Amino acid sequence: MREELLLIIEKNSRIDLKELAVILGVSTEDVLNELQQLEKEGIICGYHTLIDWDKTSVEKINALIEVRVTPQRGQGFDHIAERIYNYPEVKSVYLISGAYDLLVTLEQKSLKEISAFVSDKLSTLESVLSTATHFILKKYKDHGTILEKKHTEDEREIMI
Amino acid sequence: MSIPISKTIQDIKPSGIRKFFDIVSEMKDAISLGVGEPDFDTPWHIRDEGIYAFEKGKTFYTSNSGLKDLRIEISNYIKRKQGLNYCPDGEILVTVGGSEAIDIGLRAMINEGDEVIIPQPSYVSYEPCARLAGAKPVIIDLKAENEFRLTAQELENAITDKTKVLILPYPNNPTGAIMEKSDLEKIAKIIKEKDIFVLSDEIYSELTYSETPHVSIASLDGMRERTLLINGFSKAYAMTGWRLGYACGPKELLTQMTKIHQYCIMCAPTISQYAAVEALKNGDDDVKTMKMSYNQRRRFLLNAFKEMGLECFEPFGAFYVFPCIKKFGMTSEEFATRFLEEEHVAAVPGTAFGNSGEGFLRISYAYSLETLKIAMERLARFINKLNK
Repeated sequence: MREELLLIIEKNSRIDLKELAVILGVSTEDVLNELQQLEKEGIICGYHTLIDWDKTSVEKINALIEVRVTPQRGQGFDHIAERIYNYPEVKSVYLISGAYDLLVTLEQKSLKEISAFVSDKLSTLESVLSTATHFILKKYKDHGTILEKKHTEDEREIMI
Repeated sequence: MSIPISKTIQDIKPSGIRKFFDIVSEMKDAISLGVGEPDFDTPWHIRDEGIYAFEKGKTFYTSNSGLKDLRIEISNYIKRKQGLNYCPDGEILVTVGGSEAIDIGLRAMINEGDEVIIPQPSYVSYEPCARLAGAKPVIIDLKAENEFRLTAQELENAITDKTKVLILPYPNNPTGAIMEKSDLEKIAKIIKEKDIFVLSDEIYSELTYSETPHVSIASLDGMRERTLLINGFSKAYAMTGWRLGYACGPKELLTQMTKIHQYCIMCAPTISQYAAVEALKNGDDDVKTMKMSYNQRRRFLLNAFKEMGLECFEPFGAFYVFPCIKKFGMTSEEFATRFLEEEHVAAVPGTAFGNSGEGFLRISYAYSLETLKIAMERLARFINKLNK
C-alpha cells in the first residue's frame, strides 16, 4: 500500500483519512500508522500547497541560478550546499551533473532583491566560482500540474 | 417505390435506451455514469507517435492484416501475458476495434441456422452480430449467485447438436465479473467434449483487480485450436476513438476472416496502428497507473453501496459495478428513469444487456472520484427516499 498511498497524497494531501482507507482497501488505523511511519522516516517531508502566485496581486519573482563551486576536501559539495540552503529566500538547492554543480531556485519580491542576493551573498561565498541567473517568465506546469488548465467538457457518449 | 430494407436488419431492435440518455445532455447538472470508455486521455507518448506518423506521411493503407510491426508486437504481447504463441503472419488480424473482430469472426464461422451461445448480461453487439451472420442466438441467463460467471452446467444445458460457437465475454461488461483459471478449466472440458468453438472477447483483460492476472481460455490445454481470441487497445490504453482491435486464432479461420476484412474494411486506420505499436512497446506503466485509479474507484463505490445498504457482489474486472436494486420493487428501467429524473444521475438499466440484467444497474467508474462522490451522495439520498 505504501507506494499507492504516496502516489495518492502526492497529488492530494488533503484527502481525508477515511476516504484514503476506503480507496486503498485498508482500515483507517492502517493508513494513519503508515502515514506516521512515513513522516518518521522522513519520506513524507511536508504537506504543501501548490499556488499560482501570478494570479494574485502579490509580487513574486522566481529565478534559477546555476552555480559552479569548488568542492571542499572531506565534505564534497555538502558544506557549500548547506551555506546556500540556509538562506530563507532560497527555495531549493539541487546538486546537478554536467556543466555546473548546484542549481539554486530563489523567490523574491523584485529583480533588485534577486540581484542583491546573487551579488552580495551567493557570489561572495568563498568556494563559488561563478553564477548564471535565469529569471522565470511564466510557469506553464509545476509539480506535474498544468497551471492554465483549459476547460474541457466530458464529451463521451453513453455507450453500452 | 418502397425503400428496400432487409428483413434481417428490420428484425433487429435498435438500442432502446438511446433516447433516455439524450435527456442527460439537456440537464445542466446531470451526472452520467453511463459511459463505457476510459476517462483518461490516451497517454501522451502514444498520441505523440500518432502525430509523428502523420508528419511522416504514414497515411496510406497498410496490408490487409495490419502493419507487420504491430502484428509482431501483438504476438509478443500475448506471449508475454498468456504464454501463447501466435504467428504474426496468418494468425493475427488487426481490426477496427474489437467490435469488427466480433462481427467478422462470427461471419467467418457461422452457417445459416448454427447456434451461437451467448451468456448474458453482456455487451450488446453479440446477439445482433450473431443474427446478421445467420446464426440462432442461444442465450444463457447468468446468475447473480454465481457472481455472473458461466458455469459448466449452464453451458452444458445450452449446447445442442447445432451449437457451433460459445461467446465468452470476460472480464465482463456490464457486470464486472471475471472468470478465473479454475472456472475456465471446467468450461474448457465441456467445450472439448462437445467439440465446439469459443469466441473469447478479452477486451478488458488488462483491467482485473483480483490477485492473479487475467487468464485467457486459449492458454488452457487443447484450447488454442478452438479459440478465437479478441482484444484491442480501447480499454487498456484509453484509445477508444482510435478504433483498433485484433483477433488471434487458428490460421484456417483467420484466413477466412481476412477475406471479409479485406472486402469490407481494407485495413484498420494506419495512424492508429503506428500509435498502437508504441502502446504495446512502452505502455505497461500507463496501464498500471490507470488500473490503480480504477481499483481505487471500485473500492470507493463498493464501500458507498455497503454504507447505503445496496446489495452488490464484488466485481473484479472491467470498470463497472452491477448493484442489485430488486428490493425497491421497481424494474431496472423504472429505477434508472426515476434516478435520472429525480437526482439527475444516469446509470444504465441492466436490461440493456439482456433480460437477466433485470433488477440490476450498470454503473461505470470511468469517472473521477470527485464525480463519483457526488453521484453516490445523490444515490444515497434517492435510496433513502425510496426506503421511507
